[in-house]
Amino acid sequence: MSGASITAEPPPQAAPPEAGGEDRSRYRAGALFLLPAFILLGVWLVYPTVYTIVRSFFGQHGYLGTWVGLDNYRALFTTSALTTAIKNSAIWVAVVPAFVTAFGLLFAVLTERISWAVGFKTVIFLPMAISAFATGVTWHLMYTQNPDLGAVNALGRTVADSFSTPGVLSNASPSTTALQPKGGGLLLKTPLQPGGVALLGLTGIAPLDVPQGAQQAVKPAPKPGDIVGTVWRDFKPGGGKPGVVEQGELGLPGVTVELRDSSGKVAQSTKTDPNGTFDFTDVAAGTYNAGIGASTFAKPFGGYSWLGPKLITPALLIAYIWIWAGFSMVVIAAGLAAMPREVLEAARTDGATELQVFRRVTVPLLAPVLSVVFITMIINVLKVFDIVIAMAPEGSQRSANVIALAMWRTAFSGFDFGTGSAIAVFLFLLVLPVLALNVRRFRTET
Amino acid sequence: MAASETVHLPAHRETVAAKILRAVGKLPLQIFLAVVGLLWLVPTIGLFVTSLLPSSEITARGWWTLFSHPSQATFSHYSALFHNAGLMGALKTTAYIAVGNTLLVVIVAALAGYAFAWLEFPGRDWLFICVIGLLVVPLQMALIPMFRVYNTLHIGGTVLSVILFHAAFGLPFAIFLLRNFFIGIPKDILESARIDGASEFWIFLRLILPLGLPAIASLAIFQFLWTWNDLIVSLTFNVQPITVWIFGQLRQFSSSIDIIAPASFLSLVVPLIIFFAFQRYFVQGLLAGSVK
Repeated sequence: MSGASITAEPPPQAAPPEAGGEDRSRYRAGALFLLPAFILLGVWLVYPTVYTIVRSFFGQHGYLGTWVGLDNYRALFTTSALTTAIKNSAIWVAVVPAFVTAFGLLFAVLTERISWAVGFKTVIFLPMAISAFATGVTWHLMYTQNPDLGAVNALGRTVADSFSTPGVLSNASPSTTALQPKGGGLLLKTPLQPGGVALLGLTGIAPLDVPQGAQQAVKPAPKPGDIVGTVWRDFKPGGGKPGVVEQGELGLPGVTVELRDSSGKVAQSTKTDPNGTFDFTDVAAGTYNAGIGASTFAKPFGGYSWLGPKLITPALLIAYIWIWAGFSMVVIAAGLAAMPREVLEAARTDGATELQVFRRVTVPLLAPVLSVVFITMIINVLKVFDIVIAMAPEGSQRSANVIALAMWRTAFSGFDFGTGSAIAVFLFLLVLPVLALNVRRFRTET
Repeated sequence: MAASETVHLPAHRETVAAKILRAVGKLPLQIFLAVVGLLWLVPTIGLFVTSLLPSSEITARGWWTLFSHPSQATFSHYSALFHNAGLMGALKTTAYIAVGNTLLVVIVAALAGYAFAWLEFPGRDWLFICVIGLLVVPLQMALIPMFRVYNTLHIGGTVLSVILFHAAFGLPFAIFLLRNFFIGIPKDILESARIDGASEFWIFLRLILPLGLPAIASLAIFQFLWTWNDLIVSLTFNVQPITVWIFGQLRQFSSSIDIIAPASFLSLVVPLIIFFAFQRYFVQGLLAGSVK
């Protein structure tokens, strides 16, 4: 059975009524067959819809409450929680259908060229079977802020670290006031001349954070024409004297030290040895300042707060696109399969490039399918509820709010049935244009 | 589905060298799609692997580190869940709701679909248009009134109240799908049965249902998954299927992760099995539905 067989065909012509009795029995059969459906639809769908519409003009409590006119609808656009929800839903509508359709089109077209298309499609389609709720839980795990735990931030750290490696001493601070912060690094106030010695003591380094291979710190002997010095952990069990290299204190290897001339420009830069020592060779006459480069103190990537109030909506959008791309792909692939191959081949024979074929032939021919996917996604997105309630932590729920969720919260946490009804009606009005589309399509089909 | 089976028949037999060249030319595409596929799998795998981490490790290390220490994997969270009366009760509730709703929708929609497709009565097409119109009513429209009705009648919190609500909202699509499928059944079969004096009910039971099985299967799978995965309806009417049960644990996300992760995965298992077993019907139903 192909999908094409599930389409409407003209209804059969009515058999000419033979006898009045048989006619009536046919009607009775029709009524009996429809009765269960109409009871369910009437009680659980039609009555509630009418009631909700009426209810939206009445106050918070009671079967109807007091008449408030359009106040509930006014609240929709003046209450900050609700305007946030409407704004977010607008973002959802603006982003998700476009991305879902684009991904679906991309995957559907690309998989036509590979032999393992079925496997690929199954993988992309898999999230469709998973509940939006479980998706929320799953992505909550993915988005954990600590890069050691959350996969998204772990990936972010890998990328960030390949561009800028974290400093060896991201938490260190100077041990004496002679060492002053400057441009993210530290600079020794005491001016130096060739032959001078710079002592750059640091504290606030946990034993675990001491770079690998650190040895007993050494205060180097002055060298004529050079500026030498040491960077060390100016602390030993019991404390030690600040600013003095003592037995039991460790040198800090791998630290970037810089020599700045009197104008502040970096004249030389080098790294420290395992005992913390460094040597700027052949320094021209003049006064200099030695310091530690900013890169030494660069903080490691701490992870983005995906589930925090600022990023929660983008985070939700990504997860939601992850679910629905498979739907879009499958529907578009079916449209692609039904497309006349000759047209494509003809375009190729005429010398069109693959990109031209895609833009000028494939996409225009697929337009009806693409619009079906797009419209379906708009409706889906307007009704989004589960994934938000599952994924957004308590602190981000307000900034993640969407219309369908706002309706539920207003009605069943706030017990304001008036405003809750108004939000539901508003949601209904938003999807109503699709009803017109459906009816029109059915009319043209029959 | 169909697209994946499309094969480009080569006009002439390709030489081995040409084949290799073509395969190499496609390598960037293959790699790109492989990476995309892998990225798409990561969240689901992540959830499963997290559920295997020992409690002490769950908030200390990323789940992916388990791949380098596979011996640490443990199913103890799962065995703990199987002894958790609350969760087992929730699973049972989920199953009742999903099965009950699926049966109800299939039966009621098949009856109505048959009437709309093959029975003559005045206003038939007009009524059918009304049903299609109901397709777009968001279930949020009915939550408040039914919450009140259920409370007044004291049937809130029962599995039946949730089933009936789901069934009503599943019906418009179900009727639409089945009517369109039934109408494609050859007319001769039905007419000859009628001439033989078969009752409409006999025709429905013996001809329509067996012939309509592919569409009914699609519908059943959709309804089952839809109700299995539902949160909002049960949450509103105070019934506790597995989604609501997990939702109750979410407040302490990081401290209860050793319960949440395996329970969430457990809630996925049934939909995934159904998805893999009936992928074809699933896709068919989806295609039929997307035409709405």
